[in-house]
Amino acid sequence: MRMPVSVEPIEQPRAINGGAPDVFHRGGVVPMRQYSDDEVVDFAIVGTGAGGGTLACKLSEYGFSVVALDAGPYWRPLEDFASDENHQAKLYWTDERIVDGDNPLQLGSNNSGKSVGGSTVHFAMVSLRFRPEWFKARSKLGYGADWPLDWQEMWGYYGEVEQTLKISGPVNYPWGPHRPRYPYRAHELNAAGLVLAQGAEALGIQWTETPLATVSAPRGHSPPCVYRGMCVIGCSTNAKQSVLITWLPRALAAGAEIRDLAMVGRIDHDREGRVTGVHYYREGRWRFQRARNVVVAGYSIETPRLLLNSATSRYPDGLANSSGLVGKNLTVQANQAVWGIMEQEIRSYKGPPSLAITEHWNYTDEGKDFFGGYAYMSQGPLPMHWAGVQSSKRGLWGQRLLDEMERYNHQVGLKIVGECLPQERNRVTLADERDQYGLPVPRVTFSFCDNDKRLIRHALDFMGRALEAAGATEIWDETDDTAHLHGTARMGDDPKTSVVNADCRSWDIPNLWVCDGSVFPTVGGVNPSLTIQAIACRTADRIKALAARGEL
Amino acid sequence: MSNRYPGYDVLTKRHTPSWNEQTRTVIDERLSIDPEKHQFLTDAEWRILRAVCDRIVPQPPDRARPVPLAAMVDQKLHTNGGDGYRDARLPPLREAWRRGLAALEAEAMAQYRRSFHELPALEQDDVLTAVQKGDVQADAWRDLPAKVFFTKRLLHDIVSSYYSHPIAWNEIGFGGPASPRGYVRMYFDRRDPWEASEARPGREERARHENARVG
Repeated sequence: MRMPVSVEPIEQPRAINGGAPDVFHRGGVVPMRQYSDDEVVDFAIVGTGAGGGTLACKLSEYGFSVVALDAGPYWRPLEDFASDENHQAKLYWTDERIVDGDNPLQLGSNNSGKSVGGSTVHFAMVSLRFRPEWFKARSKLGYGADWPLDWQEMWGYYGEVEQTLKISGPVNYPWGPHRPRYPYRAHELNAAGLVLAQGAEALGIQWTETPLATVSAPRGHSPPCVYRGMCVIGCSTNAKQSVLITWLPRALAAGAEIRDLAMVGRIDHDREGRVTGVHYYREGRWRFQRARNVVVAGYSIETPRLLLNSATSRYPDGLANSSGLVGKNLTVQANQAVWGIMEQEIRSYKGPPSLAITEHWNYTDEGKDFFGGYAYMSQGPLPMHWAGVQSSKRGLWGQRLLDEMERYNHQVGLKIVGECLPQERNRVTLADERDQYGLPVPRVTFSFCDNDKRLIRHALDFMGRALEAAGATEIWDETDDTAHLHGTARMGDDPKTSVVNADCRSWDIPNLWVCDGSVFPTVGGVNPSLTIQAIACRTADRIKALAARGEL
Repeated sequence: MSNRYPGYDVLTKRHTPSWNEQTRTVIDERLSIDPEKHQFLTDAEWRILRAVCDRIVPQPPDRARPVPLAAMVDQKLHTNGGDGYRDARLPPLREAWRRGLAALEAEAMAQYRRSFHELPALEQDDVLTAVQKGDVQADAWRDLPAKVFFTKRLLHDIVSSYYSHPIAWNEIGFGGPASPRGYVRMYFDRRDPWEASEARPGREERARHENARVG
């Protein structure tokens, strides 16, 4: 039966009139508490991704009044998501951003979501813990900066997030200190994952099934993954455990209000310098939500953009910026790949794209001529993406492109998530151009440093050998890609060298917080979403403790 | 025309559990694009773009309904659909294409004293190769870096349009839309009965038979 067509969620907000979308049912609505703009809520949270969405859930469950605003639409995956790369670009942040530097970043689909639930709606679900030493990278490993966090405390929060998302992973994880068995069984490997396994075994290193935030068995309203393989364009099965379908339904049930299609443009402060709320654009007009605390959780571009754009005569360099570090140390991860051709059919479009992983070079320090580490994973590029690699990256067009694309089902690849080092010259600033809201467009400047380039070379050489050992031929390097965003509002324990403290609270303004990937002082060689969510859980616990002591 | 997947047509799965309603709607829209329609580009620009598309993705002459590539690029320009980042060396999408097409035309005139769309294919390829390498003569490239425009705008927009079309999926044996059914057989050399069958030497007829039954 054809379902009634609901309002297009890009045009009009869906979280209105005391209800929010029920993400598990076509056309469904769940009750939602609402606050008026004039009501001073405990927390206004800007962004509902891995940082903001998780925090909105935890804080509302602790009894705080929460309004969480997101610039993106509020999807119901079952009715809104098509099996189509082109159409699903609606999940990405495609507003204008200018990129420069020696290695201009690709944004949008690569690392920037514009949806309630943030980038977790289109992420590849890879859910990894940091190597413990990375939290003290400077003192233990000699590079980057130390985090003000203790790994053993974080181990507990990782466990909480893994349970919340029912991560599907191996019984025994080969690297690092003991961790509990993953809540759900690992997914079966596809041929692309088996190629990674064969290469690793040939070179004598360990590999395992990638811990993934998509369920391998039923879970509540989520059916198990059907191996449709379109995870990075949005899961229309609802197997993916995104923030949209995990933390946010809980947040609503606990009394949080979520405002979709609400773009925050500016944070205001009073004469004492404390923030008072946020200006946001929704339903065709600018409004102001009052709040006792403001949490910025817009990820590493929108977060500094908002802080910088909120400059006043009292804070001429932007909010929380007495260190001068807001927007600086934008750190990505190297995302280079080797690709080759197998005699057998691989058909890597089936199943989650990165089913197998090795973290060998995250946990081995010998045999490296660089600081930091990298994981590498099997790959499953969809056709538009793959054609982009072959054309824009490899330079093929004409008949050569068509011939190469025809071998799509035989291609196989290994791709790193590699640790880049923080550099102050890599940064987010405000450009002169204005966007559709009248706000200054961000300028994003990025260049690899020599250490990054050595890491990349090491990884490409090693993966090339692994792919060859697994039987691939015609191996070539994709040298130009990055993934994920971090830094630009780093945490630390010195106000001169960091923007926020261990609790994600800004040093300069006690009721202004930052809770997303921006707070990472270093990035490690693993995908950041699990760590962002773990930090958000810790921040919520700290806020609860501080409130109990009257220190909010 | 490729014969790697003979007789495979992803559209025959339209009414199977591999397609849902929202996917049918989206693909129907793409299939209904009028190949002659251009709303953003002028007629002169349109002629150049058509000629460029024919060289970047040369489609078989016997294809009854070719992928309407130029119209898809024009549609992107008409809706001004961004990708979420813009290389600082390039102007915004629409202006980049306007200036890029004009510069391509100027390059053809500089090298061959003829309009790009009137050049024989091999010479068109020479012009495009020169632009790709940044080895250009026309003054028009002074404010528009040829290599950057070619790689990050021209190739990106044309090639991504082509591989968003079901005809391209048939060519490469991609399973296409896959919700709600998904896939079951994940191992080497295994295909689900609703996936394309490859015509390895000696099994062309079998592949054709299997491809007739994916729907």
